[in-house]
Amino acid sequence: MTSRGWFRNGALALGLVFLYVPILSMMVFSFNHSRLVTVWDAANSPTLKWYGELFASEQLLGAAWLSVRIAAMAATGAVVLGTLAGLVLARFGAFRGRALLSGLATAPLVMPEVITGLSLLLLFVALEQLTGWPEGRGVLTITIAHVTFALAYVTVVVQSRLAGFDDSLEEAALDLGARPATVFLRITLPLILPAVASGWLLAFTLSWDDVVISQFVAGPGASTLPMVVFSKVRLGVSPDVNALATLVVLAVATGVLGATAWSRRRERRLAREQRAARGGGR
Amino acid sequence: MARSNQALRQGAGRRLVVAVPYAWLLLFFLVPFLIVLKISFSEARVAMPPYAPLLEWAEEARRLVVTFNVDSYVFLLTDGLYVSTLLYSVQVAAISTLLCLALGYPMAYAIARATPRLRNLYLMLVVLPFWTSFLLRVYAWVGLLKTDGVINNVLTALGLIDAPLTLLYTDFAVYVGIVYSYLPFMILPLYANLEKHDLQLLEAAADLGARPVTSFLRITLPLSLPGVIAGSLLVFIPAVGEYVIPSLLGPTDQLMIGRVLSDEFFANRDWPVASAVAITMLVLLVMPILLFQRLQGRQPGVGR
Amino acid sequence: MADLPLDSAPTLPAAGGAREYVRIENVTKRFGDVTAVDDVSLSVMKGEIFCLLGGSGCGKTTLLRMLAGFETPTSGRILIDGQDMAGTPPYERPVNMMFQSYALFPHMTVEKNVAFGLEQERLARPEIERRVGEMLEIVRLGEFARRKPHQLSGGQRQRVALARALVKRPKLLLLDEPLGALDRKLREHTQFELLGLQQQLGVTFIVVTHDQEEAMTLATRIGVMDRGGIVQVGRPSEVYEFPQSRFVADFIGSVNLFEGRLVEDEPDHVRIRCAELAHLVHVDHGISSAPDATVWVAIRPEKIELSRERPAGDQNIERGVVRDVAYLGDASVYLVQLDGGRSVRVRLPNVERHASDRVARDEAVWIRWHPSSPVVLTQ
Repeated sequence: MTSRGWFRNGALALGLVFLYVPILSMMVFSFNHSRLVTVWDAANSPTLKWYGELFASEQLLGAAWLSVRIAAMAATGAVVLGTLAGLVLARFGAFRGRALLSGLATAPLVMPEVITGLSLLLLFVALEQLTGWPEGRGVLTITIAHVTFALAYVTVVVQSRLAGFDDSLEEAALDLGARPATVFLRITLPLILPAVASGWLLAFTLSWDDVVISQFVAGPGASTLPMVVFSKVRLGVSPDVNALATLVVLAVATGVLGATAWSRRRERRLAREQRAARGGGR
Repeated sequence: MARSNQALRQGAGRRLVVAVPYAWLLLFFLVPFLIVLKISFSEARVAMPPYAPLLEWAEEARRLVVTFNVDSYVFLLTDGLYVSTLLYSVQVAAISTLLCLALGYPMAYAIARATPRLRNLYLMLVVLPFWTSFLLRVYAWVGLLKTDGVINNVLTALGLIDAPLTLLYTDFAVYVGIVYSYLPFMILPLYANLEKHDLQLLEAAADLGARPVTSFLRITLPLSLPGVIAGSLLVFIPAVGEYVIPSLLGPTDQLMIGRVLSDEFFANRDWPVASAVAITMLVLLVMPILLFQRLQGRQPGVGR
Repeated sequence: MADLPLDSAPTLPAAGGAREYVRIENVTKRFGDVTAVDDVSLSVMKGEIFCLLGGSGCGKTTLLRMLAGFETPTSGRILIDGQDMAGTPPYERPVNMMFQSYALFPHMTVEKNVAFGLEQERLARPEIERRVGEMLEIVRLGEFARRKPHQLSGGQRQRVALARALVKRPKLLLLDEPLGALDRKLREHTQFELLGLQQQLGVTFIVVTHDQEEAMTLATRIGVMDRGGIVQVGRPSEVYEFPQSRFVADFIGSVNLFEGRLVEDEPDHVRIRCAELAHLVHVDHGISSAPDATVWVAIRPEKIELSRERPAGDQNIERGVVRDVAYLGDASVYLVQLDGGRSVRVRLPNVERHASDRVARDEAVWIRWHPSSPVVLTQ
């Protein structure tokens, strides 16, 4: 190995340590007895005390359940709209207004959250003044806001997936007598399914994780888990949040690893199939 | 795609497929910005909503009064607080982006040159934290950086320091938080770029007498520039408007622009000024994006 | 076409006076500023194998896609079996296409790929199964029915694509570079298979290809395309032996072209003076061209004789030196530089096995061609 090899692998190792030490430290201290979080109380640790408190906290549990519901709804909405937008951008060719759609669909990716949050709140206020809808702010407005920024991610994922597929597959289906709707259901959708699935997971995570936009568009009645956690940790370290974090990290890691394994297997098969089906031509 | 699928573009269903996402994005993305723009030119009022309409029917004068008011912008520019906040935000974001690049480039390079099996493992390891909660990961640093936090405890135990260092609530903590949170956004575009490089180019360079360092500087680095730009923008732009990280880790006496916007809106209830801050940020942030797109347009084939 | 040179080319009696099946009338297709297909008119007879031959970007694929319904002509009409196809989407056309990439659905088995088109016709299950089974037998893929496309070889995939298109019993099959993705040995074999299938099923084929050999072996007629237009239509031998323009002469096969002027114009022969040749070119048939007009003499390399001794006779003989020899196995191509400086390609079959008998580099030689060999072109 050359000296450069050592350098870059050293940097990689350092970076990975940097990425994982905070998470691991948080997990370790979730089993610490002391309220002083970062001072290890060897006499009484490890303990599940904070996990007990966590599960006794109706506020945290309620907020977590609300967040799951919102994230599931937002992810579903974002996947439907994002898949349509991705399909339009990848397959419908040039049409009037395409540039605007492309801009609108990808802008949320780089938009600072405070701006998205502020603008959506002002929209909801104005809408309510004009039409009486949405009545107050809460789950509905949070969900709409999350759909809006998450759909950008789904659009990008689906669009780039479609761009990787030869569109003669769809033409072949049309040529064999399938109507456009059939083509979508029987050819396009099965092929982009991994992208749609990972888009859903991504949208779920983004929604589940969002503090800033939620803070703008949530009413007094609806506090998502990140909002509750944020207000707690603004005041300093809180041991039950460590416990919560540990559970979240474990759940997410399991979910993501499982989903990745599934989609990678599927992906590999599809890639092989497609490479082969293309027959090396063109 | 030059030859698009004309047949798919025809038919009645097609219009619906375009219309649904379009309508959603217009209503929930474009219109809100127009409202922000409008309010930024309104006058603040003690009312609900706390701003004056741009168009008002003046009953006594029997005519439409258009109040186009640039007070909010004048206020932003003349009040030193906003200018310094904005400059500070850009500075923090820029330094964080450079640090991110310094750490992310060699990592992306190492991943791109690893064997395919290891490559997938490394990518997984880089992306995995991104899927866990952003908020909780920032919070983890509070426990590490506190005066009686893990880092100070470890350093004291090792006898490296006598008194604990002040790490939390500093600019340094904000840099760490941003680099930590946005590192995957730097690595992924860089990796996507570096992975596509034809290694024969390096062999050709070596064959022509270039040492590895020269090959890197003259071949790899220039070719990876689109990846560098993409990664940097993905870090820089959200970092400027970052709200959570400075709130949890940053100094209390120097706020970043995202926090100021939020405070202006919620604490001061000054909607026009908050809107003007948003518009100002947009203008400052949209510029680099446009610049980037022009740059990318001139570099066909590379990047993405 | 009255003003074209009457190079005694027979006029075109297409495939035994059969009925016209496809009619393309003044079709033009523009993409923005680019004119991909420029005012093309064409008739294809029932049961024909019609090849559209041309280089990349000549518009042949666009023309094919308009027949399939993936593109709409900017102007002009396309009639299939007498029916105007304007406004008919691809899924309602009596036409099927075999894609260059094959476009096999990667997530479906061979069987499902072939059944897909029949399912769209809402045929009964047993009927679909029967026809898919039959079709797979015809293309000898019965035992591969349950495989997925990626488990097949290139040649097998090509046959699946063919089966999938043919199982719908189209009257017209469009083939986009059908052999393009196959290696050389397989191509030759598949070419003959394709011909057999076409005769067996009586389908009209329209084939797009850039490969002249492919066009020559498959086609009943060839339409040569250049820059969006059809430049010549004819049977393979007509297009080769009686090209009507320098483009066609040069595009199909290899040719030596000499610019010259008519100096003697008789009904039964002409003489042409070419600056690059020492003697007048004698051609034993008349042509229709204004006297003293600029013409081009095209002579195929295989129609030129090469000898060390001066050949007998006094017509169409030139002297030169062999500058290069390319050995191709079955034949050799000699690059002969004439006394005037011009190089001429001569192709001779390698009848003798021993190289020592053949003319070598730097030898002084004579070349000669028969007065019936040159083609005189006016454009």
